[in-house]
Amino acid sequence: MNIVEKILARASGQKKVEPGQIVDAKVDVAMFHDLTGPRSIESFKKIGVEKVWDPDKIVVIFDHDVPPSTIKAAELQKRVREFVKKQGIRKFYDVGRGGVCHVVMLEKGHVKPGDLIVGADSHTVTYGALGAFAAGIGATDMAAVLATGSIWLRVPEAIKFDIRGGLQRFVTAKDVILHIIGMIGSDGATYKAMIFSGSVVNEMGIDGRATMCNMSIEAGAKAGIIEPDEKTIQYVRERTNDPFTPLRSDPDAEFSQVFDVDVSDLEPQVALPPSVDKVKPVSELGEVEIDQAFVGTCTNGRLDDLRLVAEILKGRKVKDGVRFVIIPGSQEVYEKALQEGLIETFVKAGAIVGAPGCGPCIGISRGVLADGEVCVSAANRNFVGRMGSPKAKIYLASPATVAASAITGKITDPREVVKA
Amino acid sequence: MKLEGKAVIYGDNIDTDIIIPGRYLVLQDPKELAKHAMEGIDPKFPEKAKEGVILVAGKNFGCGSSREEAPVALKHANVKCVIAESFARIFYRNAINIGLPILEAEIRDKVSEGDELVVDVVSGVIENKTKGITLKAKPLPKLALEIINAGGLVHYTRKKLSLE
Repeated sequence: MNIVEKILARASGQKKVEPGQIVDAKVDVAMFHDLTGPRSIESFKKIGVEKVWDPDKIVVIFDHDVPPSTIKAAELQKRVREFVKKQGIRKFYDVGRGGVCHVVMLEKGHVKPGDLIVGADSHTVTYGALGAFAAGIGATDMAAVLATGSIWLRVPEAIKFDIRGGLQRFVTAKDVILHIIGMIGSDGATYKAMIFSGSVVNEMGIDGRATMCNMSIEAGAKAGIIEPDEKTIQYVRERTNDPFTPLRSDPDAEFSQVFDVDVSDLEPQVALPPSVDKVKPVSELGEVEIDQAFVGTCTNGRLDDLRLVAEILKGRKVKDGVRFVIIPGSQEVYEKALQEGLIETFVKAGAIVGAPGCGPCIGISRGVLADGEVCVSAANRNFVGRMGSPKAKIYLASPATVAASAITGKITDPREVVKA
Repeated sequence: MKLEGKAVIYGDNIDTDIIIPGRYLVLQDPKELAKHAMEGIDPKFPEKAKEGVILVAGKNFGCGSSREEAPVALKHANVKCVIAESFARIFYRNAINIGLPILEAEIRDKVSEGDELVVDVVSGVIENKTKGITLKAKPLPKLALEIINAGGLVHYTRKKLSLE
């Protein structure tokens, strides 16, 4: 069996499972946030169970509108807070205590290799970075999990991506995953799992691996996953004392498809509006002037991302007429970025630093776009209306490309700004 | 279960930000959500859907976010059924869970905007009354039908827990 089948077999108490089979699986961790929480709680109440199945297996994180920007949002957060208290959920990250849920889940040790995790958010797939099977679900599915601790899942076919070569300087995990999505399309992995492997993935840090798995949903995947290695084990051990059993694919494991991806010559990549699979190398883009640049989110708001931005911004200025919004992914990332002097670099360059959270990525918090504006963003979606006006345009790129573009005022290869 | 309505046709990759933009997710009332259904590409949609419509779309319908508000907004805008070539998996589950019937079928070339359709969700038979032709969708998986027949996942779970 491959890693996905092994985790689902373990979670459903079976010796062997096959793609296409429907299993009733026990959930190890369930996560929801301020935006999907209220509806999950409402459906949970309709199911009519008094207590959640296990308060210690539930993590609640506020991130989508923090601190709340409207009375309505504040009221909804209040409602979730009351539920958390009533149910005795201790793994609760309120405003100022956590940050973007998919950043917090990894850094606070709530994700372990071999786990089955569900989250009421599509980017739950991020946790595959630590060798967990993690899938996004909707609010009523979450309610049923809160009530029963289990969920039906179809065992997905698995596509393996063997990623080889060496990445050039300022070419990142983001460029690799954009390239792969461009290759297979935005529905290229629908109902399937994406397994990332190969020397390039082995060399990546956990932050880069998180970026890769995070965006597997943009190809429609049910899960993105990387087999746990020494780096994974060390990362998890530093964050939790809970026991875990890492699972890996058998040598004779089967995959529905295997792609060999050589990234030696890969240039920085850009996804053009309005779909994540319209991907081009930055050199083929032509001149695209920008109004806003954005780095943050569950995709690229981690410490390695901010370090890269600071390396490019250091001693340079954000171009007049460009707003550069930078949002650390969590309180922990923020604190480390302060200690390393990254925040000072951002402020001196003329960027604006926001509070840890999802920011303008879903068009709710500060940093939304006006009609006709263009943003280059290190987030994950460039859909119509995603960041505000339906008449704005969003280009997706790596934090390095976003930082370089903020300096020049047009979408730019970071290697042109920082000559070797 | 037979559903009737005029066809409204959309293309590929109708994402959840088109179906219901993020800024409306604080609206809890399904009727309020419905007022903004499809606002991303078709601001007149709620008016169009009033009498009951059947959406006919291309591949990857509902891609993007896990927001259950997407099928909720469509359902309460009076969408009787969504027929698409394929669905994003979270939208698929969400629709079944909240009781919005959906079917997989490649019929865009056999249906015009405004055609009168009658859909049998259980058998997957789609009748295009305007054109006088009968089309076929992939039948729903057994479990999905069970959830729909129970009245959605809330009731299905209540039954599983012997609460009803």
